[in-house]
Amino acid sequence: MAFAAFGGGAPAKDNSTKRKGGPIVLALILPGLIYLGLFFMTPLVSLLVTALESPDPSGAIGAYFYDLNFGNFATVLTDYMPQILRSFGYAFAATVFALAISYPLAYFIGVKLRTSPLIQRLMLTLVIAPFFISFLLRTIAWKQLLSDDSGFVSLLHSLHILAPSQFFLGSDAAVIFGLTYNFIPFMTLPLFTNLERLDTRLLEAASDLYASPNKVFRKVTLPLSMPGIISGTLLTFIPIAGDYVNASRDFLGSSKTSMIGTMVEADFLQNWNYPSASALSVLLMGLILVMVTVYVRRSGTEDLL
Amino acid sequence: MRKFSLGKLALPVYSVLALVFLLTPIAYTILFSFNDSTRSNTVWEGFTLRHWAQVCNRQDVCDAVTNSIVIGIISTIFATILGTALAIALVRYSFRARSLVSLSLFLPMATPEVVLGAGLAGLFFNAGVGAGMVTIIIAHVMFCLSFVVVTVKARVQTLDPTLEEAGADLYANPRQVFRKITLPLLMPGIISAALLSFALSFDDFIITYFNSGSVSTFPKYIYVAAARGVPAEANVIASAVFILAIVIVLATQIRGAIKRAKLAKS
Amino acid sequence: MATSNAFAGADLELIDIRKDFPGFTALDDMDLHIPAGQFFALLGPSGCGKTTTLRIVAGLETPTQGQVMLGGKDITAAKPHERPINTVFQSYALFPHMTVLDNVAFGLRQRKVADAQKLAVDALNLVELGHLADRRPQQLSGGQQQRVALARALVNRPSLLLLDEPLGALDLKLRRQMQIELKAIQLEVGLTFLHVTHDQEEAMDMADIVAVMNKGRIEQMGAPEVLYDRPKTVFVSKFLGQSNLFVGDIVEKNASSVSIEVGGNKITVDKKRAEKHTGKIAIGVRPEKADFHEKKPKLGADHIVIGPGEIIDIRFTGVSNQYLIDIPNVGEITVFAQNIGKSPEVALGAQVYVSWKVEHSYGLADLPSGIEEA
Repeated sequence: MAFAAFGGGAPAKDNSTKRKGGPIVLALILPGLIYLGLFFMTPLVSLLVTALESPDPSGAIGAYFYDLNFGNFATVLTDYMPQILRSFGYAFAATVFALAISYPLAYFIGVKLRTSPLIQRLMLTLVIAPFFISFLLRTIAWKQLLSDDSGFVSLLHSLHILAPSQFFLGSDAAVIFGLTYNFIPFMTLPLFTNLERLDTRLLEAASDLYASPNKVFRKVTLPLSMPGIISGTLLTFIPIAGDYVNASRDFLGSSKTSMIGTMVEADFLQNWNYPSASALSVLLMGLILVMVTVYVRRSGTEDLL
Repeated sequence: MRKFSLGKLALPVYSVLALVFLLTPIAYTILFSFNDSTRSNTVWEGFTLRHWAQVCNRQDVCDAVTNSIVIGIISTIFATILGTALAIALVRYSFRARSLVSLSLFLPMATPEVVLGAGLAGLFFNAGVGAGMVTIIIAHVMFCLSFVVVTVKARVQTLDPTLEEAGADLYANPRQVFRKITLPLLMPGIISAALLSFALSFDDFIITYFNSGSVSTFPKYIYVAAARGVPAEANVIASAVFILAIVIVLATQIRGAIKRAKLAKS
Repeated sequence: MATSNAFAGADLELIDIRKDFPGFTALDDMDLHIPAGQFFALLGPSGCGKTTTLRIVAGLETPTQGQVMLGGKDITAAKPHERPINTVFQSYALFPHMTVLDNVAFGLRQRKVADAQKLAVDALNLVELGHLADRRPQQLSGGQQQRVALARALVNRPSLLLLDEPLGALDLKLRRQMQIELKAIQLEVGLTFLHVTHDQEEAMDMADIVAVMNKGRIEQMGAPEVLYDRPKTVFVSKFLGQSNLFVGDIVEKNASSVSIEVGGNKITVDKKRAEKHTGKIAIGVRPEKADFHEKKPKLGADHIVIGPGEIIDIRFTGVSNQYLIDIPNVGEITVFAQNIGKSPEVALGAQVYVSWKVEHSYGLADLPSGIEEA
């Protein structure tokens, strides 16, 4: 399977002799590079250009002209500040929860189950099983399972965690729950690929050198699994920050849980306010790039691809 | 007698619970494909095979799935070819634009889907290209490409270049070396990449939604239907796809396990 | 065994080969001639350029300058698949996606040789693996894989067979057995073999001619016995076996020999066994050629006697004992004595004299590193 796509651990040993490439290299990279240039780079530039456009003087809806209207950014920053804060807040919370849930699971499968490879593979298959069924349907399933007349909500009521007038769906907690659920496999896989290669002799060496199990974990296991943690958190945080399906009122959210994506979709597809949608997209992308750069720099793992 | 230890049991029990959590909505989805419901499929109304037997009674569901399959296959073919070439170049050759190529492959993975979707939609809008099957496929190839490269790259890295040298040493010209040695040895990686690519394409919603115009795909159908209730036929399709995929994966794994056992024996 | 698919055995000539890699020079003005039908060994430590030489001959590496001639034809620009040369790779490089038989038949099929299948079966039988033809390479043991790799190369009857440390991955016992088999096969098929290794015993045991390489150059080349008996440089004297080296200024010279003085001892070498006859030189002797005595022996001018010194270490290695003797102002000397009851029984700390025949001394062209030319 394509576990490698979530390549968690240290970069694989590069045992190849690097050859100087001539025309062969061009033939190999140009098609892909041109494709990405056309359909990845150009759209980003186009977003930036659109983000600076101004409304057409005619006042026609959806009509704009090229401009350098940096005010668009100020507008989206003030208008959509709650959504921006919510997006990153949700992303942060869901990433932390996903890490907390995934780490023991990945450790169990990757380290403890080494002696029985077939069970290890089967458990791993179950971890990626959610990928084989539409995430929209899985989210809808949660929506039914946690609906206002579900046993779960009755339980919360009887435990007085929720007031009788309160429900679970539509709350921040429900959105964070859904995001966490949907992205656990993205966290577990890179952790697994890393922990699978963890040299357990190092753990034995540490306990031989008088480290308690607790110390062994903090001083050896955890630092060695850092690359897995970093790719896992990136593979989780970035898509969550841009997600808006979980937060949608038709799924687990409500009008009070809208995220950046919700607004981009609304501005782009319903309001035809292309400059606003573009400015918000550029802002989201910029914030994520800054955060990722700082995060990766600080953790010292820049060799991601 | 082994000493019973609560600590030793905690991790396996936790792991099983975590998996149950992961699989609960899947079980729910499959279960409700058998629900004897007429319109909204939210309350259990009894068991029926009706939706499985006549899944295409809901023409709109079947059309959406057909579109998704066509899009998935075409996108996968293009992404796999482009990505495999890039992966080979990145591992095997040194060239000046290396870091540029690496960056332009990493960035799409670090870009939220909503940005990719809105960006492409803006581009097509500005260029006057109407959204439809073609624009969806263009978008899917773009975001699958990076994942193909990462997957195939891992395989190329484990490929011993001496094997290709041995091929050349044994009178195979570069083209024959590629066809008889490199390609067969990379095949497992390429197949994984293609499967991943198809799965990503088939399940993509956000980017598709921005670039689909009036074309319906399976995820888009569910998203739109979510407001008024998703029909059980959608559960049937999703369950069928799920069961098929799981059977394929399990079969490969069991075959691999048997093969390993055989190798260990001889 | 002259089948139609055979290339004529050919001599190999490297002329003025230089190979630069970014940051270092792997080969420097290398000249080499291997006559047809010879078993030739390139011996040297890792990083000496021996593998680069082999790869240049195979066509897997292009020399920065110089020519590769095979059977009088310039093949410098030929691609690997255009050269009648085959290689047994260090890692064997067996194709994991093909059966053993398909591996062996690969080269023949590429060259569209009729009867590829039959010839491959014959080659497998030659290395006694006919019964494993349908296996995958990864199902074989290291020794079996090595023999498949050999069969895969030999079946093409190349003009020249290259062996890149093919025995390195095998354990000692298996290695000895394979060495014997390899030598037997070479004698049987009469090909030119170029064998690259860092194992001096292997090189001396198998090769007709050994070339010792160091830092991208050939230091010395010749029959194994000659190389061992008369090393010409410090490197060769130390890499091929062990050497006791003495460095001093020449104090005496006559028609047939020169002598140096070291810590009050006179050490003599025959002129025809010395590379240099003036100034400061290094003279060596092999540990097994030296004897030690509890009393100063009365020996003629054809012997060298130095000492006394103290025995500071004794090692039992089975067939012989190794004694380390520290002679004041001279240094430490190693002496091997066979355990046949001829050497005196001594304990650690005993005072002894060391002697050897002048005809066993050799004078080197250079000095050990760290010693200045006067």
